[in-house]
Amino acid sequence: MSRFLAGRLLQAAIVLAVMSFVVYGLIGLMPGDPIDAMIAADPELTSEDTERLKALYGLDRPVWERYLAWAGQALGGDFGHSRIYHRPALDLLAERLPHTALLMGLAFALSVAIALPTGIFAALKANRFADYAVNFLCFAGISTPPFWLAIMAMLLFSVTLGWLPATGYPAAGDAGWLERLRHLVLPVAVLGLLSAGGITRYVRASMREALRQDYVRTARAKGLSRAAVVRRHVLRNAMIPVVTILALDMGALFSGALITEIMFGYPGMGALIYNAVMANDYNLALVGLLFATFTTLAANIAADGAYVALDPRIAFRAGA
Amino acid sequence: MSPAALAWLRFRRHRAGLAGAVFLLLLAAAAWSAPLIEAALGIDAESVDLFSRYAPPSAAHPLGADDLGRDLLARLLRGGQVSLSVGLAAAFIAALIGTGLGLLAGYRGGAFDTALMRLTDGVIALPLLPLLIVLAAVDPAKLGLDDGTDASLFRVIAIVALVGWTTVARLVRAAALAARAQDYVRAARALGAGSGRIAFRHILPNVASPILVATTLSVGNIILFESVLSFLGLGIQPPAASWGNMLAHAQETIWQAPRLAVWPGLLIFSTVIAFNFLGDALQDALDPRS
Repeated sequence: MSRFLAGRLLQAAIVLAVMSFVVYGLIGLMPGDPIDAMIAADPELTSEDTERLKALYGLDRPVWERYLAWAGQALGGDFGHSRIYHRPALDLLAERLPHTALLMGLAFALSVAIALPTGIFAALKANRFADYAVNFLCFAGISTPPFWLAIMAMLLFSVTLGWLPATGYPAAGDAGWLERLRHLVLPVAVLGLLSAGGITRYVRASMREALRQDYVRTARAKGLSRAAVVRRHVLRNAMIPVVTILALDMGALFSGALITEIMFGYPGMGALIYNAVMANDYNLALVGLLFATFTTLAANIAADGAYVALDPRIAFRAGA
Repeated sequence: MSPAALAWLRFRRHRAGLAGAVFLLLLAAAAWSAPLIEAALGIDAESVDLFSRYAPPSAAHPLGADDLGRDLLARLLRGGQVSLSVGLAAAFIAALIGTGLGLLAGYRGGAFDTALMRLTDGVIALPLLPLLIVLAAVDPAKLGLDDGTDASLFRVIAIVALVGWTTVARLVRAAALAARAQDYVRAARALGAGSGRIAFRHILPNVASPILVATTLSVGNIILFESVLSFLGLGIQPPAASWGNMLAHAQETIWQAPRLAVWPGLLIFSTVIAFNFLGDALQDALDPRS
């Protein structure tokens, strides 16, 4: 196990290092750099000033040299300051993290709470009307543009009915938990409902695969009732791949959370990263993207670990 | 019965897939005859007419007009052209890249195979949307690229294709790996066939249907990504219409005309679900075990 884990961690570290260089290079290719912003803010700047500032900030050096300097500092825990917030980028990220974790956690719980029973039910009613109906709803969930569902939800529940606040989230200490909850309902519902479609399809497919196995027929032949077979033999086997898929889905869930946060003006990490990219806030965008990558990689490793832990048939192979 | 006839028979049984195919054909026909429809109605997608701001549906504007008095139907059709071209072109390019790399990795094996699989692992694990946002924010001028009129269209296609090839690469690689050990491949090699001939004559036909299914399913996803990028202001640039940027605009005027937000969203939804049903139907039809 430890050798397997070490291999995966090494691989994740390499992916992270490559990602950081790629993202560093890409961000340098976005329009405008910090000096351009200073020139725009101060018409008195001469071209000599510009050159001096570029040398001061190291912008006259080649990209790999700048990257190495950045990476050296980053490894020491210094990810630089945010240009738009004038604060350490890491602090800003840490402030937003609990919000995103709350949103993603609740949405994830909602989607699993919908997907598990629905997927199991559909698999047991395979090729009957209920199965087709569930399948149609799943496709609808996969095919709905998240930002559009958000607009429609705001239109219905905030504008027309006036039941729930459309955007924003109260700052800590500004409002009670009930008010916070009211602000969370729409974002969590939109994100959770849309991810439920894909997960339900995985659950259904995995259940059908398990139902086809020989040991199911054997168990039935022994005289066990269908319900007992499903409970004891099918469910446990069907859930192994589902756990893996759930962890692998973290990247997609984060992408969904990003849009949801932007749409509902929710103060999360996704919205922070988006704003940082749009405002050319190099340091903030970099650390945000790297953190998002790091989290999804960690979820992947957790998925592999869970797979091995849940399925005793899988033996460890070195380097696998 | 020939395999093709059997597949067609199975495809026809998938009613949602059939409906999806019909819808997509109608949409494509309408979108590419937009100039004719515009000429017939005396409208066009980009001309501003402040006298018909927020005009309700009428004979002149079948679906009404937006906040600048531009005809909604004409803009929806132009947006349909964009979404369909981006979806099909990016999916096709991604399939080409994926097939090439997958064949090479599966057939050659070795270090290249290992490197490619680790790379696809990495790409699949990434949080896609934040990365696409950074890619879309890259200034083409800094790369020495020309900023032409269709630049934003080509850029979206390139970006999505760049991250979308991994699924096909893995499918093709697995199939090539399996085929390499088959007797008919060994027989072909014994007869003196070269690697290229084996890859294209013996392995590729065996993976054609999974590639087709995966590519069809990816078109829907790509259209969703395009609409998200355009919605965030990073995809197709106004005044050119795309369903995504029409929705971004409609969100600002949602109090005056909620109608403007409904149509583009419905079209994205219907197009994506049609591609997904089509892919599902193809999967059922082309799977010899079904």
